[in-house]
Amino acid sequence: MLSAVLRVKHLIGIVAGLMLPVVSFAAWELNMPKGKTPISETVYDLHMVIFYICVVIAIIVFGVMFWSIFHHRKSKGHKPANFHESTTVEIVWTAIPLIILIVMAIPATQGVFAMYNTDESDLDIQVTGYQWKWRYQYIGEDIDYFSVLSTPKEQIDNLEAKGEHYLLEVDEPLVVPVRKKIRFLLTSNDVIHAWWVPELAVKKDAIPGFINETWTSINEPGIYRGQCAELCGKDHGFMPIVVKAVEEAEYLDWLAEKKHQRELALAKAAAEAELTWDLDELMTKGQEVYQKNCLACHQDQGQGLPPVFPALKGSPLIKGDISEHIRVVLHGRTGTAMAAYSAQLSDSDIAAVVTYERNAWGQNTGETVQPSAVAELR
Amino acid sequence: MSDTSTIVQNDTQDAHEHHPTGLSRWLFTTNHKEIGTLYLIFSFVMLFIGGGMAFVIRAELFQPGLQLIDPEFFNQMTTMHGLIMVFGVVMPAFVGLANWMVPLMIGAPDMALPRMNNWSFWIMPFAFGMLLSSLFMDGGGPNFGWTFYAPLSTTYAPPSTTFFIFGVHLMGLSSIMGAINIITTIMNMRAPGMTLMKMPMFVWTWLITAFLLIAVMPVLAGCVTMMLMDIHFGTSFFNAAGGGDPVMFQHIFWFFGHPEVYIMILPAFGVVSQIIPAFSRKKLFGYHSMVYATASIAILSFVVWAHHMFTVGLPLAAELFFMYSTMLIAVPTGVKVFNWVSTMFKGSMTFEAPMLFSVAFVVLFTIGGLSGLMLSIAPADFQYHDTYFVVAHFHYVLVPGAIFGIIAATYYWIPKWSGYMYNEGLAKVHFWLSFIGLNLTFFPMHFLGLAGMPRRIPDYALQFADFNMVTSIGAFLFGTTQLLFLYIVIQCARGKGEPAPQKPWEGAEGLEWTVPSPAPLHTFEQPPKVD
Repeated sequence: MLSAVLRVKHLIGIVAGLMLPVVSFAAWELNMPKGKTPISETVYDLHMVIFYICVVIAIIVFGVMFWSIFHHRKSKGHKPANFHESTTVEIVWTAIPLIILIVMAIPATQGVFAMYNTDESDLDIQVTGYQWKWRYQYIGEDIDYFSVLSTPKEQIDNLEAKGEHYLLEVDEPLVVPVRKKIRFLLTSNDVIHAWWVPELAVKKDAIPGFINETWTSINEPGIYRGQCAELCGKDHGFMPIVVKAVEEAEYLDWLAEKKHQRELALAKAAAEAELTWDLDELMTKGQEVYQKNCLACHQDQGQGLPPVFPALKGSPLIKGDISEHIRVVLHGRTGTAMAAYSAQLSDSDIAAVVTYERNAWGQNTGETVQPSAVAELR
Repeated sequence: MSDTSTIVQNDTQDAHEHHPTGLSRWLFTTNHKEIGTLYLIFSFVMLFIGGGMAFVIRAELFQPGLQLIDPEFFNQMTTMHGLIMVFGVVMPAFVGLANWMVPLMIGAPDMALPRMNNWSFWIMPFAFGMLLSSLFMDGGGPNFGWTFYAPLSTTYAPPSTTFFIFGVHLMGLSSIMGAINIITTIMNMRAPGMTLMKMPMFVWTWLITAFLLIAVMPVLAGCVTMMLMDIHFGTSFFNAAGGGDPVMFQHIFWFFGHPEVYIMILPAFGVVSQIIPAFSRKKLFGYHSMVYATASIAILSFVVWAHHMFTVGLPLAAELFFMYSTMLIAVPTGVKVFNWVSTMFKGSMTFEAPMLFSVAFVVLFTIGGLSGLMLSIAPADFQYHDTYFVVAHFHYVLVPGAIFGIIAATYYWIPKWSGYMYNEGLAKVHFWLSFIGLNLTFFPMHFLGLAGMPRRIPDYALQFADFNMVTSIGAFLFGTTQLLFLYIVIQCARGKGEPAPQKPWEGAEGLEWTVPSPAPLHTFEQPPKVD
């Protein structure tokens, strides 16, 4: 008797253990978020109306069906009826759905009109998709930066506990003012991406060579998280979007601060470009730049993922002419996945990363590249 | 037909028994029944390959974090799973059913073009050999999703994409030849007295499907050829830098792709329209409206394609047009569902395995259809698009839709094919485990999508963890259960089971039940008379 109790306790322990991840995450979210924008509320209402229509249809159809299943069984001695046609009935059940759909189409049409109205915006932001990050340019504000996943690789590889916003956190969020009409101009640098923030009900494809428009106006301050919604290659699951909505005063402060930072960064880059760097300095900086920009494709030991993402270690490009190497980093390679980095990286960044690629992973060529060499090829 | 006529038929067929044996029997066969069997076996093998890939996907998604495979291979798995299930499982299975059953149902001795029939089957193993071999090539197999949107599938694709393109070409050839054969057979070889409006629903749905195939498979061929040109010959169909347009790819693809989803479901409509009346012991309600509804769905399917593209930035007028046309599809689809329910209403039902799968088809396909109606509302689609809500939607129409249709057809007709009854007890276990497994797998996906989980991601945020675990457990249950189906089918094929009578189902109607079980190699050499 006692051993049976113990066994049951043991079993409960195992079951509880299995349930632990379920309990600890505990987020059985069932429905669409209502969101924090006028459009998201419209969308949510449409979603609920069409959902309830579907529920009513399902109850009627399945109700009749299951009633038949329980009562019109041969085992209950039910004899089959003989009817098999009725034009009246057919017309009725063609007409009723049609009327429901027409009624439903009216608010849906209004919704589409509202979503498409990008006129008279207070603020324009160009959003460019890159494999696998987002670039935000505030039009007319001279603000231009990239937003990259900030979840450490150790968390993804299960070497560390996962943080609260696992995979939904970035180094620099998009900062916007609340209650202002923000127009987004979407495009892409490589493949098709889609910029999606569920709580804003904004989703639009970013297409290379074309510009799409969409807009939002956020009701209240907060942090809104989203993800790329269109398969864009290897790290499609790892290019989140974070929008930080703040009051206008705070936004203006941020804008000023951001501009100031940008000036400092430009001044720093200009100063660095004048310097002559030694190998150690270049390698340290180069490793940083490499990890942020090159690692995803060319991998941590420069082995790449050939043939789409070629190996750097031992490649002819890296053994060969330095200027050609710099040119590829600056301007990319047309017809391949290699992007141009001239807009993203300063002269000293590129000098450092080229030096790093020529000396890392046991190659030790001893070659150094100075920012001035990069400036010449820009 | 009386017993004597059966015997006479067996006698006449002896003259034809100069048939090759062994491998060459199958390689050179021009017999519709043997080719039908080949198609069904092929599709069954592919089901386990594509299902194995689903296992890999669901195992990786069991918990957040990357555990088993890297994102690159994950993308190859999702792509291949889709391609194999669409082109390797559902389509060949229906062609196999058509091969077996269309001649038997219209009283024809064979398909109209038997040698082409042989060819259209034997292309398939090569097409899929090519496609699957790309997984072992340098750079891996296709990794751009089964919809292979450019430029991810052109400029940014692995070198094996060329093999994928030729694989698709071969599948297209096979489908087009199959479709020509089916149309020719149905139009020319019906037994005397069988007018078009007397044809069984399965034959009707296949006739319409075959026209869809002929219309859209060349579009797919054109699409992949443009990709080939962009990759190898310097054109810029889908490259904006050269004056092309990546969105044009999507228009062309979905002009094929939307009719394609009806290609996968219309024959299943036909199957359940045979089975539900048989087990309700009552004629199909609204035969005429069923035919018209099927035709309407097929015609509408050509003008709804851009509802897959509501977020690509269509002009406002196009957005509205495609929203309205898509909503309209609900009307004929609704008619079909109402007709099936009315057929069951006041019938005298029994629930053998084919009926169980057909009833589940009606219920679960309707759920998939209703979520389709939700997706048609363009503003709401901006939230649903490319999320697990869409994954839930199309799996609800394809798994309990197309796949359950195929399983129901197998249980319904396997006594005729093999001459033996399947094990009803095991088949019921198969049904219930499949039913539970698939709802456990796909229902939570609705919640995941609404909560904001994008599709095609190998790792996800923590709030999606619970339902993903449930989904994975459901998937393992559903997948494993299909081994039971394999066992049941093999038992029939090996002759283990009760010998099947000529007409094993009390309420079944149609010419296929007038030939003996198993159906001899040659049937209806003298056309039957239909009143």
